[in-house]
Amino acid sequence: MRHFEAAASTSPGEPWLNIAIFGAFVAVTMFIVFRASRNNKTAADYYAAGRSFTGGQNGTAIAGDYLSAASFLGIVGAIAMTGYDGFLYSIGFLVAWLVALLLVAELLRNTGKFTMADVLSFRLKQRPVRIAAATTTLVVCFFYLLAQMAGAGGLVSLLLGIGDQLGQAVVITVVGALMIVYVLIGGMKGTTWVQIIKAVLLIAGAGVMTVWVLALNGFDFSALLDKAVEVAENPAILDPGLKYGVSDTSKIDFLSLGLALVLGTAALPHVLMRFYTVPTAKEARKSVVWAIWLIGIFYVFTLVLGYGAAALVGPAVIAAAPGGPNSAAPLLAFSLGGPLLLGLISAIAFATILAVVAGLTITAAASFAHDIYASVVKKGKPEPGAEVKVARRTVVIIGIVAIIGGIGANGQNVAFLVALAFAVAASANLPTIVYSLFWKRFTTKGALWSMYGGLASAILLIVFSPVVSGSETSMLKTDAIDFAWFPLSNPGIVSIPLAFLLGWIVSVLDKTPEDPKKQSEMEVRSLTGIGAEKAVSH
Amino acid sequence: MGNDAPSATTNLEEVDYGAVQASPEFQRLRRTHRSFVFPVLGACLAWYLAYVLLASYAHDFMSTRVFGSVNIAMILGMAQVVTTFAVTTWYVHYANKRLDPLAEEIREEIETGDFQKQGAR
Repeated sequence: MRHFEAAASTSPGEPWLNIAIFGAFVAVTMFIVFRASRNNKTAADYYAAGRSFTGGQNGTAIAGDYLSAASFLGIVGAIAMTGYDGFLYSIGFLVAWLVALLLVAELLRNTGKFTMADVLSFRLKQRPVRIAAATTTLVVCFFYLLAQMAGAGGLVSLLLGIGDQLGQAVVITVVGALMIVYVLIGGMKGTTWVQIIKAVLLIAGAGVMTVWVLALNGFDFSALLDKAVEVAENPAILDPGLKYGVSDTSKIDFLSLGLALVLGTAALPHVLMRFYTVPTAKEARKSVVWAIWLIGIFYVFTLVLGYGAAALVGPAVIAAAPGGPNSAAPLLAFSLGGPLLLGLISAIAFATILAVVAGLTITAAASFAHDIYASVVKKGKPEPGAEVKVARRTVVIIGIVAIIGGIGANGQNVAFLVALAFAVAASANLPTIVYSLFWKRFTTKGALWSMYGGLASAILLIVFSPVVSGSETSMLKTDAIDFAWFPLSNPGIVSIPLAFLLGWIVSVLDKTPEDPKKQSEMEVRSLTGIGAEKAVSH
Repeated sequence: MGNDAPSATTNLEEVDYGAVQASPEFQRLRRTHRSFVFPVLGACLAWYLAYVLLASYAHDFMSTRVFGSVNIAMILGMAQVVTTFAVTTWYVHYANKRLDPLAEEIREEIETGDFQKQGAR
């Protein structure tokens, strides 16, 4: 077993080896993206991959989309540093899939075309609802992108031994530029293939490391825990409450986080969009089942990897390493298999970030081009080919925004940042999705109040939370500026119920009911699948 | 319903969705769907919430060692994973057996023109 000296700010591995492994991955995936994209002609090809993927392929791609840097780097780091409290992320991220499976996936596939806004505006007034849904989509994607780019920064600093801010900024820019190329060329089909490859690599890599860690401890999980306690010099890392048990406020914060995690998934636009890449609702169901199994197995691995990192690397070393908690998983790989495994695992983590960023970018671009440009600006009649052209330009703009944001968010725990995106999604989107699928009396006004109310409250509460100001560890990185009057770091417990309440009260008070014919059509189509968008045959 | 039109494909623009929605077949599908989805999801979320509350407010209970250093918190966490897998399998079985045939039946009725609007043909 190798030991990494925390004092050294250089990379524990071989930077050139890491770059070579990573370069090989980029070359292989780029080749696949080129091949996959030869048939991209229409909007359905570009956004929904011609609806031609099978349930198994799409389920693997969903897992690839979902198991982001937050799940791998973030959760392993959180468990290694804060013990059991980090495991809540795994459980919340997984149980959340039941909401997607039971309430949303199939009904959504049956009623929509490309984006979340297709479903939300189905029986309500097109223009205002589409604009609102596109706005929430763009904001959620932005938060999620920030988290991924922050992860990229930390990983790079560890891998290439680039400690200074400028060097990391350059590398984040390179990652962003690569992602733009993938999405521009490959569209949804290319992106989906990258997700599939990456999901397989990530789950296999985590699996190998899990078996390895267990083998070092004679396949005795309890012995691994004992060792983690010994190295961390703190028996409390096995019990809940190390991070969130310190005060009454932090306990409520834990509940808030738990709520955001479980309700966020079914409202994430880039996850919802994946349901359109399969030909039928039945394949959508199959893909969620695949995704749940793959994701669940992966999260069981994170528990072993997290405590493995605590036992074999140690929380003190992780905290001092460049990249902080986000470097726990790569450091564990180094301690297990030396520079080669570090290079491989880091390339996988890089691929993870690249693939997720690509998925988010295509979702945001589709939402802008399809919902705002084609449906609102051009009133549903864009010139042929114009919509995809606008989508491609949007990809470039979003890529640039993500690069700038990623440089700003560099250094925060990724799982934590992603949890904020979940809170925003659950507040802004989930009430409207559930109401429009299941509640007849829901109105346009109710939808707008719920979406904008949920979005605004979630974001305002984050701005005035301890995450942004008031301490050395906040985003402003100083305790001189303090406008954190909201005590919780996750807004979910306030903003999610508020958004549900707003949608309900405003709809009940609304005197202008919606077209009952549209409601009938939506309900019949959502449950029977009649008239659903078919696969494109080439 | 005496559909003598030579074309088997029905124009979906002319389907009377209100009539489909009111039909007993559709109401049965709706009931079968909701009577599974709502209570099962409710129970799962309650079980998850109970777990989060325990982890937040019952530290001593959750820290009880069961075998070796493995405590109740870890076992309950794993139990969440197991129930998620179990409910997934259960739902797929239910949907394949109970929901799909009903939906299929209604789709066929619509496609053969049973629910065309008055005077649409």
